[in-house]
Amino acid sequence: MIIKGKVWKFKDNIDTDVIIPARYLNTSDPKELALHCMEDYDFEFVKKINQGDIIVAGRNFGCGSSREHAPIALKTAGVSCIIAQSFARIFFRNAINIGLPIFEFEGIADQCSEGDLLEVDTVRGIIKNINKDKTYKSNPLPAFIQNIISLGGLREYVKEELKRREKNV
Amino acid sequence: MAKTIVEKILSSHTDTNNFKTGDIIKARVDFTFANDITAPIAIKYFKESGARQVFDKKRVGLIPDHFAPNKDIKSAEQCKLLKEFAQEYEIENYFEIGKMGIEHALLPEKGLVLPGDVVVGADSHTDTSGALGAFAIGVGSTDLAAVMALGEVWLKIPPTIKFIYSGKLNKWVSGKDLILYTISKIGVDGANYKIMEFSGEVIKRLSMDNRFTMCNMAIEAGAKTGIIEPDEKITLEYLKGRAKRPFQIYNSDPDAHYEKIIEIDVNKIEPQVAFPHLPENAKPISEAKGIKIDQSIIGSCTNGRIEDLRIAAEILKGQQVHPEVRLIIIPATQDIYLQAIREGLVDVFITAGAAVSTPTCGPCLGGYMGILAKGERAISTTNRNFVGRMGHLESEIYLASPAVAAASAILGRIVSPEEVK
Repeated sequence: MIIKGKVWKFKDNIDTDVIIPARYLNTSDPKELALHCMEDYDFEFVKKINQGDIIVAGRNFGCGSSREHAPIALKTAGVSCIIAQSFARIFFRNAINIGLPIFEFEGIADQCSEGDLLEVDTVRGIIKNINKDKTYKSNPLPAFIQNIISLGGLREYVKEELKRREKNV
Repeated sequence: MAKTIVEKILSSHTDTNNFKTGDIIKARVDFTFANDITAPIAIKYFKESGARQVFDKKRVGLIPDHFAPNKDIKSAEQCKLLKEFAQEYEIENYFEIGKMGIEHALLPEKGLVLPGDVVVGADSHTDTSGALGAFAIGVGSTDLAAVMALGEVWLKIPPTIKFIYSGKLNKWVSGKDLILYTISKIGVDGANYKIMEFSGEVIKRLSMDNRFTMCNMAIEAGAKTGIIEPDEKITLEYLKGRAKRPFQIYNSDPDAHYEKIIEIDVNKIEPQVAFPHLPENAKPISEAKGIKIDQSIIGSCTNGRIEDLRIAAEILKGQQVHPEVRLIIIPATQDIYLQAIREGLVDVFITAGAAVSTPTCGPCLGGYMGILAKGERAISTTNRNFVGRMGHLESEIYLASPAVAAASAILGRIVSPEEVK
């Protein structure tokens, strides 16, 4: 899949309390969560972003709580992909599991300016910065994870696995 | 080949032979659980998956603890989902209000998570149970739904960093101070994707409650989990009369491979205070003294256990909470609460002018039961001091031990317990 979108830049250690504050966790409705996405960082964020935009961040993006509400809020708000120097591990799993493509690339935040247009080949992990005319190659995801993504997320994997087990009984 | 405790636990839970660091395996899960925030999404996905039952009715836990007792109508709806799901799928370990406690304190207390287990919880502080010598990891809701359906989880084999603590702990220095100090040395992503194995003579002497506190905050350094080798004197003693099923003890081989070994001399460690807005901002108490506070919280999955309350009571006995400070004490489980009443600790707290609450995560994540107004400042025994975590965006959280939180509540400013004792 090829994703094209404008860059929104974030600093190091963006925690899940900032991505979706706990005061909104009394619901799991994606649309409601998306309304408050990143509001403690930038109150206007949800109004400003366009469908398909890309987040570029520093180290340890998504640290803190295990709330899946965080990647759900970002995805529903229109974020199509996140590229960071590194991710906190639970956020990384959650994003993959809900089918939000994410990539790690050393120093990516220094290579992009806010508003740059990026083109991301999610299968090959190739990131093109159209404005800067530069190409970066992220490490490809392990085969097992690529399989989960190609099935359409962990939920589809579970369905397949349950069917397989039933046949074997 | 020599193995770490985590490698041994994972070997015994997978069909993959001879895996190495970085490999992806599927591991069988001994216990899995979720709370009122994470379970609703997991339940929805579980039902959509076509699973007809959970993998094992005795090995699934549902604990309404975050916004429970229900703080508002929406929270009530979420808690109701857990109860209905537990009834529909005959899940034995659903804990209603009155029996409920904060999940990471409750599950070890009830003997539901045990040494040698693979534990998967839909909450980042699942690592707490690593203190028993279990491999316990936090995940999100989709992963949780998958575990409930399949009884297994996919894992990337992590490298381990071994921390060796030596020396003698100074007065008032606890497991909380050790972990805050450690995080300040390696940073909030210093152990990202890795295991933190806590060891050494200091850990061997450390009580079970303090061990839980240390493993609880491994996630604040980004770790996959924290773990401590089980021993007879502390771990097995704690498990007596609790363990609900047989379990296996694993230990790291002396020549096991570690990515890094970090030695920490505790002789020079003072009580620690983590400044806003990251847990890595820990400084010795001598550099934090005098900061005025509006609120003090003693509780949470980090520091709401009986030893924490005993230390708070030791400091508060015969004292009064500062007139401009709210001291809120939250025992982590009903058993701890009852024990605190029987030991006279609750009497000490209320006499001193503290509020004592039924178990809940409440203020730790800015839910309720102690939210901060604009410009207010709290000292707290909880685990995170992120921007806005406990309330208004312009409020501040300083993380510390129960001893420091209790002493600071008396004087209305951050102080060393020595100043009141």
